[in-house]
Amino acid sequence: MKLTLTEEQEMLKKAARDFLIDKCPKSFVKQMEESEAGYSRELWEQMAGLGWMGLAFPEKYGGGDMNFLDLAVLLEEMGRACLPGPFFSTVILGGLSILDLGSDEQKREYLPKISRGENILALGLIEPGYCNCDASSVTVEAVRENGSYIISGTKLFVADAHTADYLLCVARIKPQNGITVFLVDAKNPMIECTVLKTIAGDKLCEVIFNQTPVSEASVLGQPNQGWDLVQKIVQRAAVGKCCETVGSIQRVLEMTVDYAKERKQFDRPIGSFQSIQHYCADMATDVDSARFSTYQAAWMLSEGLPCTKEVAIAKAWIGEASQRILALAHQIHGAIGATIEHDLHYYTRRAKAAELAFGDANFYREIVAREMGL
Amino acid sequence: MDFSFTEEQNKFRLEVRNFLEEEIRNGYWKPTCDAWIQGFDPEFTKRVAQKGWIGLTWPKEYGGQERSHIDRLILTEEMLRYGAPAACHWFGDRQVGGAILSFGTDELKKEFLARIVKGEAYFGLGMSEPGAGSDLASLQTKAVEDGDYYVINGQKTWASCASFAQYFDVYVRTDSEAPKHRGISEFIVDAQSPGLSRITMTDITGTEAWNDVFFDNVRVHKRYLVGEKNRGFHQVLHQLDYERSGMERLMGNYALFDALVQFVKDNKLSPEPVIRNKLAQLQIEFEVGRLLVYRVALVMEEGRAPNWESAMSKAYSTEFEKRLASIAMEILGPYGQLTSDSKLVPLRGMALHSYLGSKGYSLQAGTTEILKNILAVRGLGLPSS
Repeated sequence: MKLTLTEEQEMLKKAARDFLIDKCPKSFVKQMEESEAGYSRELWEQMAGLGWMGLAFPEKYGGGDMNFLDLAVLLEEMGRACLPGPFFSTVILGGLSILDLGSDEQKREYLPKISRGENILALGLIEPGYCNCDASSVTVEAVRENGSYIISGTKLFVADAHTADYLLCVARIKPQNGITVFLVDAKNPMIECTVLKTIAGDKLCEVIFNQTPVSEASVLGQPNQGWDLVQKIVQRAAVGKCCETVGSIQRVLEMTVDYAKERKQFDRPIGSFQSIQHYCADMATDVDSARFSTYQAAWMLSEGLPCTKEVAIAKAWIGEASQRILALAHQIHGAIGATIEHDLHYYTRRAKAAELAFGDANFYREIVAREMGL
Repeated sequence: MDFSFTEEQNKFRLEVRNFLEEEIRNGYWKPTCDAWIQGFDPEFTKRVAQKGWIGLTWPKEYGGQERSHIDRLILTEEMLRYGAPAACHWFGDRQVGGAILSFGTDELKKEFLARIVKGEAYFGLGMSEPGAGSDLASLQTKAVEDGDYYVINGQKTWASCASFAQYFDVYVRTDSEAPKHRGISEFIVDAQSPGLSRITMTDITGTEAWNDVFFDNVRVHKRYLVGEKNRGFHQVLHQLDYERSGMERLMGNYALFDALVQFVKDNKLSPEPVIRNKLAQLQIEFEVGRLLVYRVALVMEEGRAPNWESAMSKAYSTEFEKRLASIAMEILGPYGQLTSDSKLVPLRGMALHSYLGSKGYSLQAGTTEILKNILAVRGLGLPSS
């Protein structure tokens, strides 16, 4: 057992932190939230230049040959910086799914372009009328017609679909009804995309497939392979969100402790009051426990070990822990933390978005209950 | 990062489990809650000693095995999982032996360590006093030098190891003039010393695991002074870090958790959404806490004394144990109120025992509030209040 990073991971972490402090101040985050695209092409290309997009892809696809745990370290730093943009969609949801499920040809086609920062991907999973990720809720249809498929239906909360080059779309092939993942050209005119206004300004979209034709070659993996594959994608996404959140809440703890040391009332730093100290202690406990359970899940995923329970534990825990942490951070920051000028709200808004993404605590508690044999 | 155990560690865990299962099969004891602190069984302690499992991390020179802190955590985790009656040796193994190792003279090490390892010396702790709880440094029990001896007068309370304790590790005032933190010393006192008397305390569960200990001119030879005179407060803080470090704070009532999940399955309560949700949340909280405790062992493995890390894990864990007991009572409904000798009592009365007993979990070895102070000041660098 070991809870520390390797030397290489420490270097990656430091490089990422330095780079993001420089390139991604909160003024930039604000600008991106207000912009239509939600990301900056220039920064995107610099990130690609650093090898971030392909970090966990094999070398033969232009990648860095590192593993998911290395990527976890990078995601943590992105969460810490509130980095806006389609990295998560492109790499965690798109690229790694192609690496997992794709044919040799698909991998050769997409992964090098993703590594070079030339392609943006997005994942369409959720549909109108439900909040969590279960198989019965997939109703988008793919009807076989003359050697191709016609996709119809609506996907919701598809992050970064508006800037994506390709969409992964989870649909049911008719009439077999089997769940299949399609890799669809996002620029197809038979796709309508609208950016939804959200708490985190993170460009979640409504994507409507209006009888969108896609070729047979666009099936990712085998057709009708079912929900298991989608679950694997969701599992990795959940852990990825945990990693981002670990970075966010670590930063929130640091900001809050610093503030408690500086802010004086009654002629002393408020951090000298026991009530504030206990709040900070609670926050630190939540941060550390979230960190360890997240990295446990990330490590198991990285090692290819079965980890349904550990992923569920991590995501259920961090969802609620992050809410507790931010509530206390606001309480300790007092009124200044409620202003738009202060940085805290970036974390508050993003933590809520991350909690809702890929299953909340209730969703994962049910999985843990099943794993307990209940 | 690596969250796996080595093959040897897995083998060791299995060995411990096999040993404990065999003990249960032989009917030597039944799993109970709080067995680590209330389960006194000298024969069990002897059998554990024969396996070489007391003083596992200590130097070979003193009878130890020089095994890792992770090994020791695996051992204690399994003891707790099976609710094994380990109270006779728990305190000597967990902290008093370590204190003697860190601060004691060679003579003290030779006198006590090998006997602890053999399961022949049981220690109780004499820290709290009626007027000194969280503010331990205000303790009043006094020791006055008299030739080669110290003469101790005063009262200790909540001394652990009940009537089984053969020795007490006591902290007493040796300098009344100095600032209160700088006038305290640590002694090992023979429980049979003339002038030492004890009264059994009965806690709210009805258990008699603690003592009031009275010192009336108890003479202790100078060689039983542990560490430096008047450095006792520094030493007790060090010892408390270890006292808080283990899995017992998370798994003290694990036998109840196990039995509760089984009860829910057996009584077909599994489909109830509220029960599923609550038990799953307990499982999540347990697993998360387990990682916090393992982190503490890793800190010790680096050769550092755990400080705010064990404050964090202990505070977290005892709050978990309280929730576990409350939820068990909730699920059992009216049956939860039945005492262990009632004919209809479910889960052998463990829920009721833990429900009452857990009120003390977050007080022993540092209240949750004191632990949060430590974490805030020592861990996060906030200014002292």
